Amino acid sequence: MTSSAIVASGLRKTYGDRTVLAGIDLDVRAGTVFALLGPNGAGKTTAVNVLTTLVKPDGGSVRVAGHDITTATKAVRAAIGVTGQFASVDELLTGEENLRLMADLHHLDRTEGRRVVADLLERFDLVEPARKLVATYSGGMRRKLDLAMTLVGRPEIIFLDEPTTGLDPRSRRTMWDIVRELVADGITVFLTTQYLEEADQLADRIAVLDQGRLVAEGTAADLKRQVPGSHVRLRFADVDGLGAAARVLAGSTPDDDALTLRVPGDGGVKPLRALLARLDEHSIEVEEFSVHTPDLDDVFLALTGRPSTEESR
Amino acid sequence: MSTTPLTDSAIMLRRNFKHTLRNPVTVFNAILFPIVLMLMFVYVFGDSFAVGVDYIDYATPGLILMAVSYGLSATSTAVNSDMTKGIINRFRVMDVSRGAVLTGHVVATVVRTLVAVAAVIGVAFLMGFSPSGTFADWLGAIGVLVLAIFAVTWFAIALGLAAKTAESAGFATVPLIMLPFFSSAIVPAGNMGPGVREFAEYQPFTSIIESLRGFLAGTPSAGDTTAAIAWSVGIALVGYLWARARFTRRA
Repeated sequence: MTSSAIVASGLRKTYGDRTVLAGIDLDVRAGTVFALLGPNGAGKTTAVNVLTTLVKPDGGSVRVAGHDITTATKAVRAAIGVTGQFASVDELLTGEENLRLMADLHHLDRTEGRRVVADLLERFDLVEPARKLVATYSGGMRRKLDLAMTLVGRPEIIFLDEPTTGLDPRSRRTMWDIVRELVADGITVFLTTQYLEEADQLADRIAVLDQGRLVAEGTAADLKRQVPGSHVRLRFADVDGLGAAARVLAGSTPDDDALTLRVPGDGGVKPLRALLARLDEHSIEVEEFSVHTPDLDDVFLALTGRPSTEESR
Repeated sequence: MSTTPLTDSAIMLRRNFKHTLRNPVTVFNAILFPIVLMLMFVYVFGDSFAVGVDYIDYATPGLILMAVSYGLSATSTAVNSDMTKGIINRFRVMDVSRGAVLTGHVVATVVRTLVAVAAVIGVAFLMGFSPSGTFADWLGAIGVLVLAIFAVTWFAIALGLAAKTAESAGFATVPLIMLPFFSSAIVPAGNMGPGVREFAEYQPFTSIIESLRGFLAGTPSAGDTTAAIAWSVGIALVGYLWARARFTRRA
């Protein structure tokens, strides 16, 4: 498939005098995962709300599943599924009843509805708690139920707004596996995330959103090329140790004030062992040792020249 | 996929009924509170109120209205939760027909309230309530009552939509719960002190209660009934328009 699932050009949205989306261009190929990466307040949720017809754009044009979001709202809604940042589940119903509600609203007939619900409970590992009130579910279970509810309507395109924010590492992995399965089924996934690792793990293409603008777009590899790689940081007791280490480790950058040495490397075990062996050989004592992998902060620092923690909200 | 407003409303209604059954406290509240009041006023204070008729016959219409207003906070809270807990966005993206969510709440509240009212009337009969109205009078009473419930329900929904949190939505209906106390529900407005008396005489609940009282006693009052209908239509209209405006803005 080479057609586009989502095409946006010059998408703008302002709230009062605050520009949330300042002209965004997107092209998401059908059957791929697209990640919109950005810190809190970058405009990710607003972008999702506009693309999913919840909020009207102030400018630009958007086609989702081939339909214009402002003139063919119904057709767009029929083609998409949305799982928002806060689980849109009914806490006073059971998991099964939530899914039944979706089946009813999609006007599936009884047998079909029952089958779809049973399948989804099975697939999302929710059979056991199916008859318990959602109010008793954990965060991870709610997210899974939420996504299962979205799938009842068999959408072509699924929007996931920060699907793993607030989840424990295990639930996060489960969610990643689910997203991969969706794509294997031919569904297009548009997700937003604050985590570089998540975008890296899942997405075919990543766009970095900062204060309403896309500051970079490409594959995970493209982005990483623009970001300083992983490195090992060594701290020494005195300048002599630092100097000695800087002489024996090629390509390292010393920082005399902090008494630290920055050694490029991908954090792999072999190069690390070699590095430590070399320090031993020359009897150089290291006070502290740490491995740094690039995260969202590094991406932002590299792309925008400021850290991501600064909220524009 | 076609979306029919009626089917969607029916689905939403079923959802609201499930909520009520899951959380029967709301119904018990609406039934229990007026019954406790009824026992208190009739057995404890009843003899000290000179109302000209058997006190239970006098008090029942007022206690019916208390059952109505007491159940409203559950509606406001539920409507507000739907708006704040994100489920509304799911319904919107699914293209559920507009207003089906609210229609579901209205019908569910009216039905739930009628159940509470039936229970209150049942207990009143056990306590010696002996209305002298004819079948036609009863139909009239039911008509006025259903219209009144419909009206205050829309008002409660508007309060729920206007409130920021579920807690404040519940609190916003407190004046509605207090209003019957400042009406002719428990004692005739004429027996009240100056200021309160005028308020009690002209507030909507008094005309609704007096209209019910007339029907149940077999002496329907055209004046009270006209006022009750006018008030109900007015409240329903204000509630509906207010709710619609808030709903369009929020959902």
